[in-house]
Amino acid sequence: MFSHETIEKNALLLLVLTLIVIAIGGIVEIVPLFTIETTVEHVKGVRPYSPLEMAGRNIYVREGCYVCHSQQIRTLKDEVERYGHYSLAAESMYDRPFQWGSKRIGPDLARVGGRYSNDWHYGHLHHPQALVPESLMPRYAFLAETRLDYSLIEKHLTTQRFLGVPYTDEDITNARDDLLIQANVQADQEGVLKRYPKAVAVPGRPGFPTEMDALVAYLQVLGTMVDFADLGVEKLQQ
Amino acid sequence: MADAVLATARPVISYNEEVIKKFTIAAMFWAVVAFSLGVYIATELSWPEFNLGLSFLNFGRLRPVHTSAAVFAFGGNALFATSFFVVQRTCRARLAGPDALHDFIFWGYQFFIVMAASSYVMGFSRGQEYSEPEWHITVWLVLIWVLYAGVFIGTLLKRAEPHIYVANWFYLAFILTVAVLVLVNNAAVPISPFAAKSYVVYSGVQNAMVQWWYGHNAVGFFLTAGFLGMMYYFVPKQAGRPVYSYRLSVVHFWSLIFLYMWAGPHHLHYTSLPDWTQTLGMAFSIMLWMPSWGGMINGLMTLSGAWDKLRTDPALRFSVTAVGFYGMSTFEGPMMAIRQVNSLSHYTDWTVGHVHSGALGWVAFVSFGAIYYMVPALWKRSGLYSTRLVAWHYWIATLGIVFYISAMWVAGIMQGLMWRAYDKFGFLQYSFAESVNAVHPYYVIRMLGGVMFLTGGLIMCYNLIRTVRSPSTELRAAGLPAGVVLAGE
Repeated sequence: MFSHETIEKNALLLLVLTLIVIAIGGIVEIVPLFTIETTVEHVKGVRPYSPLEMAGRNIYVREGCYVCHSQQIRTLKDEVERYGHYSLAAESMYDRPFQWGSKRIGPDLARVGGRYSNDWHYGHLHHPQALVPESLMPRYAFLAETRLDYSLIEKHLTTQRFLGVPYTDEDITNARDDLLIQANVQADQEGVLKRYPKAVAVPGRPGFPTEMDALVAYLQVLGTMVDFADLGVEKLQQ
Repeated sequence: MADAVLATARPVISYNEEVIKKFTIAAMFWAVVAFSLGVYIATELSWPEFNLGLSFLNFGRLRPVHTSAAVFAFGGNALFATSFFVVQRTCRARLAGPDALHDFIFWGYQFFIVMAASSYVMGFSRGQEYSEPEWHITVWLVLIWVLYAGVFIGTLLKRAEPHIYVANWFYLAFILTVAVLVLVNNAAVPISPFAAKSYVVYSGVQNAMVQWWYGHNAVGFFLTAGFLGMMYYFVPKQAGRPVYSYRLSVVHFWSLIFLYMWAGPHHLHYTSLPDWTQTLGMAFSIMLWMPSWGGMINGLMTLSGAWDKLRTDPALRFSVTAVGFYGMSTFEGPMMAIRQVNSLSHYTDWTVGHVHSGALGWVAFVSFGAIYYMVPALWKRSGLYSTRLVAWHYWIATLGIVFYISAMWVAGIMQGLMWRAYDKFGFLQYSFAESVNAVHPYYVIRMLGGVMFLTGGLIMCYNLIRTVRSPSTELRAAGLPAGVVLAGE
């Protein structure tokens, strides 16, 4: 006859049983997400971030933008009407970390790319209340005064490639140039657009990209990679 | 006279109380820091001018400092203090390992807190909620945690009591699970051994699932299992009654730790996470209601026959109210985990209110009750400096919580309803900015609730300082060397 006494008189048995009991839930819920092939939809257009976008994304993460802005449009009618097509798993497949968020003190940003002009974003980041009087957002003018540190940009790309993001040798060799070109709207964007379709050039001071330039480049690509016009329902099934 | 008889009849064990004192002081220090930061960022949300345009004071950087200070600094130190207090007494054994090791754990953990907090304000963050410290800080935390687990398990192994008391099961599960959670969720590759920046190994949907498996169980094990350990020791002690049901505590323990680990996906309803995972998360969240209430009943029923003590012992009021809040938030949680309810509540301030009814009402209150009990025992005082001040603390803090959570209920449900409202022509009725405007008065009320809770915390600090500075009675330890207490005390 089993008695719980056996367990509570043996610290190591209690330890081992506890570990087994807590392991089950996570294993059942997490492991299949790596093995079930349709967890991430097969859609065209999702590409790794350009060097400037990635730098901007790191600013977004660093400043804790995710504590007020979600990047995840749920499969609900009002959300789709307010923000656009619901978010696909494929759209964040290169996101490290994911930034789906948990709270909307401000609106969702999953498809903010292309919705406002570059000028609007610069003005808004400088002084949000000047453009949206109700806004609770802090001012981010200091980003425009801080030169972007891109001294390790190749290392960012190679680390991501190590983790499975398909950056090519060409992408990595050109990373520094691509970053500077995308931050200079006057420059010829051909190479950047070939490697990173739909990348948006931003009007930075040539040779002196700021953190705000990078952040705007990132915001402008959000949710724009997938072309939903030629996507059938069957492609979106998980 | 009676003490002298007892001292000869029972073996005398010398516990390491000094390290518990340190953790207790640290818990109160970080409590005030966490509550003050909460008030400040609530002020920022009421009037954004308070961000002052300074990068290090921006809401986005201070919010992780507030959550980490509340959960890991205040809650963490309270857990260290009480787990060391409980494990020594219920095992009748001094903490395993040399005292220097315990002190190293203490200072190492404070170093972790200071490193993490300063890294957020300086602009280093992993960008995953409640898991923001960069990789080098995480490595340090893992080292401290392994030592902590070693000391705790070592003490269990050298115990003089044949049985391991139920409170220790919960503390053990908390220590082990937090280790597993941190190791899995924080797995990352640094861009260089000399750079703080790293990239997490999971991406997108898998990253989301791992994060909320971590995030929900940070609640389930850091903020629940550990504090249930506290409940299972201090409520019976304060009430002077044994735990209501042994059988219920066995069922409570195993079902709680099993079911909690499945509940994470309820943070991801209607998202890009596959439906099957969401459904599993929802189903297990609802099941989790049962062990949670089993624990609540076990705690409350322990007071059977001792309810009159609530009139005379305001510290017990904290512990009992805490169990009440535990019951309330563990009902609210499963309800909000139902997909259809979640469609309204998610992304709104309802979630924030829910978290705070748990964090303030349960975690902070049960810690206050335990600390009010421990301080006179640790510093060998006959009692607290003032029970009237405990009563003041209790009522001010309770009212503060009521202000906070009711303001967030109204704000959250209003946001949810405004976001989904359609006008008679079939268009969305409100812009997002209108919903921001509408919640302003409730944000101010929430801030005032926070001020009240902070005031209560300051009253507590004053009361405890006066208690420690009052003359030592040495009543119970008469005739024994300092630092020696009776076994089983």
